[in-house]
Amino acid sequence: MNKYDAIVVGAGHNGLTNGAYLAKAGLKVAVLERNPHIGGATVSRELYKGWYYSNCSYVSSLLRPEITRDLELPRHGLQVVPFGGGATFMQNGDHFGSYSDYGRKYREISRHSKRDANAYERYRADTSRQTRLIRPFLLKTPPDPTSLRLRDLKDLVDFAKPFLNMGEEGLLDTIKFWTTSVGDYLNEYFETDVIKAQHAGSGIIGTALGVYSPGTAYVLLHHYMGDVDGNVGAWGFARGGMGAIANALSKSLQSFGGDIICDADVERIIVKGGRAKGVALKNGDEYHADIVVSNLDPKRTLLDITDERDLPKDVVQKAKNFKIRGSSGKLNIALDGLPTFDGLDPKNPLMSGDLHFSDSLERMERAYDDWKAGTWSKDPYLDMMIPSLTDPTMAPPGKHMMSVFVQYAPPKVEGRDWTDEDKDGFEKSVVDQISKYSPNFRDLILHCETRTPREIEAEVGLTEGNIFQGELTFDQLLFNRPFPGYAQYRMPIKGMYMCSSGTHPGGGVMAAPGANAAREILYDLKRPNTVPGSYADD
Amino acid sequence: MSAAERKTMLLTTPFHSRVEQYCELNDWGLWQGYTTPNSYFDMELEYFAIRSTAGVLDLSPMNKYRILGPDAEAFLNRLVTRDVTKIGVDRVGYAVWCNDGGELMDDGTIFHLAEDDYRLCSYMRADDWLEWNASGFDVTINNESDDIAALAVQGPVSCTILTLIGCEGLNELKPFGIARFDFEGVEMMVSRTGFTGDLGYEVWIDPSKANALWDQLFDKGRDYLIKPIGSHALHVARIEAGFLQANVDFVPAEIAVRPGRTRTPLEMGLDWQVDFNKSLFNGRAALVKQREEGLRYRFVLLDVEGNKPAEHSFIYKNGKQIGIVTSAAWCPTAKSNLAFAQVEMPHGAVGDEFVAEIYYQRELQWTRLMAPCKVIDGPLFNPPRKRQTPAPAH
Ligand SMILES: Cc1cc2nc3c(=O)[nH]c(=O)nc-3n(C[C@H](O)[C@H](O)[C@H](O)COP(=O)(O)OP(=O)(O)OC[C@H]3O[C@@H](n4cnc5c(N)ncnc54)[C@H](O)[C@@H]3O)c2cc1C
Repeated sequence: MNKYDAIVVGAGHNGLTNGAYLAKAGLKVAVLERNPHIGGATVSRELYKGWYYSNCSYVSSLLRPEITRDLELPRHGLQVVPFGGGATFMQNGDHFGSYSDYGRKYREISRHSKRDANAYERYRADTSRQTRLIRPFLLKTPPDPTSLRLRDLKDLVDFAKPFLNMGEEGLLDTIKFWTTSVGDYLNEYFETDVIKAQHAGSGIIGTALGVYSPGTAYVLLHHYMGDVDGNVGAWGFARGGMGAIANALSKSLQSFGGDIICDADVERIIVKGGRAKGVALKNGDEYHADIVVSNLDPKRTLLDITDERDLPKDVVQKAKNFKIRGSSGKLNIALDGLPTFDGLDPKNPLMSGDLHFSDSLERMERAYDDWKAGTWSKDPYLDMMIPSLTDPTMAPPGKHMMSVFVQYAPPKVEGRDWTDEDKDGFEKSVVDQISKYSPNFRDLILHCETRTPREIEAEVGLTEGNIFQGELTFDQLLFNRPFPGYAQYRMPIKGMYMCSSGTHPGGGVMAAPGANAAREILYDLKRPNTVPGSYADD
Repeated sequence: MSAAERKTMLLTTPFHSRVEQYCELNDWGLWQGYTTPNSYFDMELEYFAIRSTAGVLDLSPMNKYRILGPDAEAFLNRLVTRDVTKIGVDRVGYAVWCNDGGELMDDGTIFHLAEDDYRLCSYMRADDWLEWNASGFDVTINNESDDIAALAVQGPVSCTILTLIGCEGLNELKPFGIARFDFEGVEMMVSRTGFTGDLGYEVWIDPSKANALWDQLFDKGRDYLIKPIGSHALHVARIEAGFLQANVDFVPAEIAVRPGRTRTPLEMGLDWQVDFNKSLFNGRAALVKQREEGLRYRFVLLDVEGNKPAEHSFIYKNGKQIGIVTSAAWCPTAKSNLAFAQVEMPHGAVGDEFVAEIYYQRELQWTRLMAPCKVIDGPLFNPPRKRQTPAPAH
């Protein structure tokens, strides 16, 4: 019988996390996935024999360590290996290396500007102050600022305390930080173009905004607030690709007795008498449960698999207005050997970090101009990595796998749908960009998977190809995510919840939305909570 | 400086010319009078080389004693608490040894190289103690610490890389086995041993071939992401693997000054190392007595809540201090916060719950954390590849 206590729609990493915590609490859980494989945007696939791609997400930092440990993900096969630093190649043949060792980093910044090397210390302290503020809230449900319930009031006080502790000046700095652009923020510290450009990348990744758009300083923070083994801001590779995270979560879920059903394309949520009662698949099958949790983005959840007539009008309107603009693409490339870059020794640890080719804020802003004009960037910002320099399981010995995240690519090209010719043009702009700095790169390409927002939407179900399931701007964060009044994972239909990156604390492979939603569901069911609290930060 | 004076200077190992070249951070430490790297390029990445690719540690400073002669086995059997006759030729065994009071002196490994031919590797220097014990046995003991160059090659691709430098068929070698290969005309001995709890090997060779061995390893290992590792990375790996370290987790009896500071093997969780079926070994009578009268302490592994390592913590039960932590680390692969502790009996059964008093400092301020912790029956890091034969390729 297809009767469960709870059904989770979508086996993305948040759906799996949510299912695992519900199953851990003793509920009979099924996670239904449209694709033949699990993971959503957290997946590794062998599209070319011997090479594994992290097809969408490619690096890990946001994944909550409390969840990794609590769900015993290492025992279920997960290993996250940090990588060292990164670099930006410059048009004049030089480069800027962001070494992970602080002494080396200082010397490298000094090579470009002594003053910037010193200013970096101020930058680091100011930015750390902001990460310390946000980190404790990742595994918490955002309080509803309009509610008078005791629980919300208490949470609001907890939420306000660290802000009040900052003093007036600190508070003003914080408000400014949360609303400013990454470009303006960096201009307050650095004088050298390439150093600003190296740091600005984290402010625009996955975001349909430019380095000078207000709100991008927060996006930078979103990429700094994670950690690997307590090193805040560090990033790593999941051994075997990002799919290792989804696979470990699925094993954990199954160890608690949860079911995962693939090739189960949910058409709509069944609602009777204002209550969720289960789901109906495209093939006509039905699964019944009093709890239905959606791992899809807010638009798909409310406008696609829910019948509009079952929802209050304001929610429908809010879902329609939700900002979820696609802005990114990706190339995954199988290489016959290691590409070499002018001025960088192949043995340099920077080679295994994130590599970029935009050496000024000016060039980054121009790349955004192309997006606004409805086309992909002609001089794209790339976040390029060679995971096989850290993880020997990604490609055969001596061969390499390259992951290239591309900013910007619009959801529609000049107002119309992407065509295959557009996709080729997009791919060419990326390959050309890398080839300018790596003479042997082009000849090493054995296979290339190119994903424009069209492919990301079609294959992963991310509306418009927005990687975070909704823009990370202040109007869509914390108690505003996905929309004011609905930030506590409950939807207006009784028994229906959301657990995806479209909810607090947002996009990225974090597992926090899934866990937070499970805590709220268990609270409503009056069951003991199975979700861990945050580690004491310091 | 006279030749005699020069002899008292800090030593360098046979690999030094290479080690120096790879030690990008110039972060040097001391090990048994030798200068060796604490870290080469990034302590964490070095640790992860052990767990994800292959890490190479220069192990040359290790104390190595050759024990030869018709009484070699009988001598060792008298010295250590375990049954040495069970260590076959071309096998290695872990061993611990005590003084007559049953107090733990050191731990190490015994390599059974051939009939009547053993090598003992120890943490502490043992020239004096071995000679003293040799009285009455037909054995010769040579300190060959400076005569052998040794590298530990540890991690999931260690077998693959060693096979490429000529260790044909190495994947068939069982854990604690010894195999020999030709390396540029000299014998290279490889044992499937190590201090990381991972798939790994130790390679032993004449110092004249040290540089060539290093070069071959790093040349053939490049495509497999081989990395040099320093002592700081090893430190984390050994804690994660649950391995004791003399002078850290217990005070070697020979150097203990204050009464009551030494421990017996039974009190260090090493009862599996003590073979009471042997009629005589150093400390036997004292250990028999302790077994009858009961232990004073128990050595335990603790899974500690939170992510702050319980370094140097007191351990409490119901508000009363009942133990101390000797080693602690956040374990990056197991994602566990592990601590080794000595607790007073009768505490310390698997599942017992305590509280660790943890202090950690941020920007000069110390914070005190009372973290719940629980006794576990083994380290959480325990990958199948450590045991598998044939050894996996990665
Ligand atoms: C190209 C790209 C690169 C990225 N890079 C990174 C990175 O490096 N690091 C990082 O931390 N984050 C990165 N992200 C963001 C991160 O991957 C996502 O935010 C996160 O994986 C989303 O997880 P989720 O579980 O919330 O949703 P999803 O992964 O979107 O999961 C939703 C699931 O629902 C399924 N589904 C959809 N419709 C239906 C239906 N009707 N019935 C049944 N199932 C359905 C989908 O197939 C999918 O499996 C990247 C994202 C993309 C796209």
